[in-house]
Amino acid sequence: MDPVIELDGLEVRFGTRTILRKLKATLTGRSIGLLGPNGAGKSTLINTLLGFHKPTSGTARIFGKDIRTHAREVRSLLGYMPENDSYISSMSGVRFVRLMAELAGLPPEHALERAHEAFFYVGLGEVRYRNLGTYSLGMKQAAKLAQAIAHGPKLLFLDEPTNGLDPPARLRMIQLIQEIRDRGDLRLILSSHLLRDVEECCDEVLILKDGNIAAFCNLEEERRANRRFLEIETRGGVNGAFAEAMEKLGCETATGAQGRLKLVLPDGLEVRQLYQVASDQNVQIRRLNHKRDSLEDIFLKAMEAADGRL
Amino acid sequence: MAVYKKTYRPYDGALTPSATRFLVIPRFAFEDMRKSRFLTIFFLASFIYPLICSLFIYVKHNASALNLLGVANANNLISINTTFFLNFLGWQSMLALFLAAFTGPGQVSPDLANNALSLYLARPFSRVEYVLGKMWILIVLMSLMTWVPGLLLFLLEAYLQEGWTWMHDNSSLASGMFFGSWIWILILALLALALSAWVKWKPAAGALMFGVFFVAAGFGAAINGVQRTKWGHLFNISALIGSVWVQLFGADPQVNNGGAFFRMPADERLPLWCCWTALGGLCLVCLYMLARKIRGAEVIR
Repeated sequence: MDPVIELDGLEVRFGTRTILRKLKATLTGRSIGLLGPNGAGKSTLINTLLGFHKPTSGTARIFGKDIRTHAREVRSLLGYMPENDSYISSMSGVRFVRLMAELAGLPPEHALERAHEAFFYVGLGEVRYRNLGTYSLGMKQAAKLAQAIAHGPKLLFLDEPTNGLDPPARLRMIQLIQEIRDRGDLRLILSSHLLRDVEECCDEVLILKDGNIAAFCNLEEERRANRRFLEIETRGGVNGAFAEAMEKLGCETATGAQGRLKLVLPDGLEVRQLYQVASDQNVQIRRLNHKRDSLEDIFLKAMEAADGRL
Repeated sequence: MAVYKKTYRPYDGALTPSATRFLVIPRFAFEDMRKSRFLTIFFLASFIYPLICSLFIYVKHNASALNLLGVANANNLISINTTFFLNFLGWQSMLALFLAAFTGPGQVSPDLANNALSLYLARPFSRVEYVLGKMWILIVLMSLMTWVPGLLLFLLEAYLQEGWTWMHDNSSLASGMFFGSWIWILILALLALALSAWVKWKPAAGALMFGVFFVAAGFGAAINGVQRTKWGHLFNISALIGSVWVQLFGADPQVNNGGAFFRMPADERLPLWCCWTALGGLCLVCLYMLARKIRGAEVIR
């Protein structure tokens, strides 16, 4: 897959403070998560890619275009949903999105049409003529998403899109992001400190800490690997005999307390064979998880590394 | 695509030329301004003086009209000359100052107060285009109040004089009107935007705009009085621009010391290069103020 973003020794300093330290990475996923604690440099990275901050050294490329030399072209490919409230409160929702679409280069009639579409798409069709200042927090978030997609960008930056949303609104926002991702027309960069949001929406994760890349993992590969990794909880029979029977089938096993057993299945072995063996051994399988390292595990490991590098 | 489908789709249609994209901002702003009754009335009222001036010009050249009014020799009293056009520009420029003070503060401050700048600048749209777009609103309105009616009056006078000779002989009036207005417009627009960028509360920004002109002029006069000098006029923007107009109109400084409201006392005139430098410096300060504030993201060092 073609790289979406290439970070090539990207360094950003504000005065004497170094915010991003010579970042090097190639991000290729359809949906890329940016994780990190507060002050890790997530927003600075997004702002730099948007051209708001000039790199002190190094550069970055978006779809192969250098952000230093082709800033305008790069921005024509982007949609941006900022973290903070960003709107013009005295404007109606649809007029605001239309303005933003026109500034992105859409002719007025197309901009108006797409502003209406975007508002219906994010579920604000009924309130699109109301002033933005009267919107609830969830509606403002959705309006921000509408302005970010109205002009049909190739890459969408979402900075904390679920900030301040109640559970139903959050779910709706996550569903929208997943829907946009699954259509495959545009790539996503999702910056969040909520691991669950990233886990649900992203297939690649870049974890930042103190301006360094603390970890970079392909969640899709992790998920694939997890399919061969099982954690089961058993009851009845003799655990040792069951584990031996599984080893005979080619599994790696580790026995835990209270009937817990960790297994790595060999290629070709199906889960239903495991149930068959359990039945033969008179063992009840009470719980079965396909799980190795969760994103939380990966994140915590990255945070434990002293210098922010794994 | 119909809205009922409610799905995302990419855009692959034509784009507008990037060179004229900044005009989107004034188009939206004018739509908003039309809703303000006060501004509409004020703007229309600003054409009363040009209408009166055009009447003067017409009457001066129309003997029957003068006879009708019973003032057959009044045409000797009406002089369409440098003073007439300088005063016209002075009046209209003062109205332009009021317009800038009313409309200018509402340009940048709402975008800053609502953090909307990041949305503007995340698009293929630069800071310069943003400022140009915002300035364009003021430039168009103030042009319609100053040099456009000024040049129309000039053409009317030229037409009634029945010949190119007058037009040719007085071309400095037209060029002075045009360039003098533009300088004033640029100063007002830059100052209004700079104050709007730094003072987020609109009434305060408007008041500050008047303050820069009138309070600073008073401060300059106080310096002149106390120090027995003339350099206090450097704080008096209207006096500075008045001196520049006199030069641009090609007027005799002994006879004309500026337009209405924009005069520098004849015996306290500053060297012209000082006036130009002070006005240039003011513009640079405004540009610096705008450059500091018009950013996609605030940098906390």
